[in-house]
Amino acid sequence: MDESGTDEQGVVARVVATPAALEAIAQLVVERGPVMFFQSGGCCDGSLPMCFADGEFVIGSHDVLLGEVGGCPFYIDARQYQVWKHTQLILDIGIGEPEGFSLAAGEDRHFLIRSKVFTAAEQAVLEGS
Amino acid sequence: MTATNETVTAGKTESGAFVAPGQPGSVVDVKPRYENFIGGRWVAPVRGQYMKDISPVTGRPFTEVAKSTPEDVELALDAAHAAKGAWGEASLAERAAVLNAIADAIEAHLTMLAVAETWDNGKPVRETLGADIPLAVDHFRYFAGATRSLEGRSTEIDKDTVAYHFHEPLGVVGQIIPFNFPLLMAAWKIAPALAAGNCTVVKPASPTPWSILKLAEVIQDIVPLGVLNIVTGPGGEIGKALASSPRIAKIGFTGETTTGRLIMQYAAENLIPSTVELGGKSPNIFFADVMDQDDEFLDKAIEGLVLYAFNKGEVCTCPSRALIQESIYDKFMTRCLDRIRKITQGNPLDPTTMMGAQNSAQQLEKITGYVDIGRQEGAEVLIGGERTDIGGEFKDGYYYEPTVLKGHNDMRVFQEEIFGPVLAVTTFTDEADAVRIANDTLYGLGAGVWTRNGNLAYRMGRAIKAGRVWTNCYHLYPAGAAFGGYKISGVGRENHQMMLEHYSQTKNLLVSYSTKPLGLF
Repeated sequence: MDESGTDEQGVVARVVATPAALEAIAQLVVERGPVMFFQSGGCCDGSLPMCFADGEFVIGSHDVLLGEVGGCPFYIDARQYQVWKHTQLILDIGIGEPEGFSLAAGEDRHFLIRSKVFTAAEQAVLEGS
Repeated sequence: MTATNETVTAGKTESGAFVAPGQPGSVVDVKPRYENFIGGRWVAPVRGQYMKDISPVTGRPFTEVAKSTPEDVELALDAAHAAKGAWGEASLAERAAVLNAIADAIEAHLTMLAVAETWDNGKPVRETLGADIPLAVDHFRYFAGATRSLEGRSTEIDKDTVAYHFHEPLGVVGQIIPFNFPLLMAAWKIAPALAAGNCTVVKPASPTPWSILKLAEVIQDIVPLGVLNIVTGPGGEIGKALASSPRIAKIGFTGETTTGRLIMQYAAENLIPSTVELGGKSPNIFFADVMDQDDEFLDKAIEGLVLYAFNKGEVCTCPSRALIQESIYDKFMTRCLDRIRKITQGNPLDPTTMMGAQNSAQQLEKITGYVDIGRQEGAEVLIGGERTDIGGEFKDGYYYEPTVLKGHNDMRVFQEEIFGPVLAVTTFTDEADAVRIANDTLYGLGAGVWTRNGNLAYRMGRAIKAGRVWTNCYHLYPAGAAFGGYKISGVGRENHQMMLEHYSQTKNLLVSYSTKPLGLF
């Protein structure tokens, strides 16, 4: 999977990760065990992806699994998904400590989301799948 | 900004800006390092780790604070539990006297705390001098009065049986403060908790840990030992340790939705109550009649739209969606854009600066990302849309232009709290359309309605699903007006006497004054 949004089979992913994010995830998994991501919203650090030890955050019956990044699940609230679903989420990392209760993406680094509006062709693939 | 070669008057340089904290002549002293405030003393973190605190004004670190671990939270909880008996039994007069003394001390150090707050958060000093700190002062006074006027109730069940209801303190509570109003939000949480007879362990936001420590310096001899404890550090470490502790009786939190859910999850594990305030995407609605006359009220309405730039948009209730009636859109927006062009950005310590620095590099990055996605979605940038470089020693600070995006309500920039000076503007046709768009959001914290028609204003106010509807005003936060969210904006209310109930247990004594047995056994 890369930032083009599709894998080698032409499958469109709702969430992808940059090489830097994948490296940070791999490092976290080595240090702390498996992790999970939940896309936040709202005040302050809203819209940052929150990274937790796998199972720390209880997934509700209405949450949506967007995909996997580095082998770790990435979820979003179902209502938030409805207003985000026309965009692809690209997990990346940035400088600075994370806010909220999120795990850091390495020393003085945090996870963040960039977004790309799906093209008409990508939308067609998603709706067909 | 540095004072080395300038004459300093009352902590200001010749240019009129306040001298940066820690520089010669500043009204604010800065120590190289700050410890936790536990049990009325300054206590070094158990593991001896510290983290840098960066001023968003310059983007440079200026001091260090404790990078606490769960052991430090336990120390703070020990101190709070040791203090809860005496504080919970203190008379209302004694508690109110402490809250009033806190208010007086903050007021006596208003300029110092305002400059410190600006330095830690990035907001312009005219706001901290005029709003944040005076409102914090008033908040302590309000709850000093509120707790004395709160009466328990009694009911005569029958002529010999009486139900008495007493308010009893919860004991020790945990409170997690956001970065956007570090001192005012601390006051919103600490004042009612203390007024109701609780002791508290407070965790300030990781990017703004320092101004509350300056506040602690000001009030450390006023608050009884252990009643107020402050522990700084990363949320993932100590926020979790505090929120999930079985030693707290309530958790209060302001922040985003995921942490809000996590807080409620931890509260569920311990079967304790929580208050969570989680943000919004507040509509600010302008009906055509605001332009019926070119008068003072129209001027107020225009300012009402531009208030999205207050605190550089880092407000849970930022009026970040402007809904303007189609028939006046062009004329009204032209006037608003003229006003937005007059927003001055610069040194936040200069009292003439209107918009300061975003709180952190992360926030700046997020704002940039949103404007990018807005452009991808087809929004039109009416003004702004770029970082601001105000040069000199501020070149690495986190400044962003006041920005307006025109689009429609399905765009992500209309649906998510950007937490920056970015206004999303769209039009509506009539009252029903305005209500539909206003409520087409996951959130329901704040809203604004502007019209000369009182009946319309009332109908709109009742139809909007939000906890606070400002009517012909915006961004007023007086103590005594309940504040909190509908929908996913949170659970609970702040800023009102009803908070005392949220920070109390209800004790019912059901007393029989009859001597007669029931006769059952």
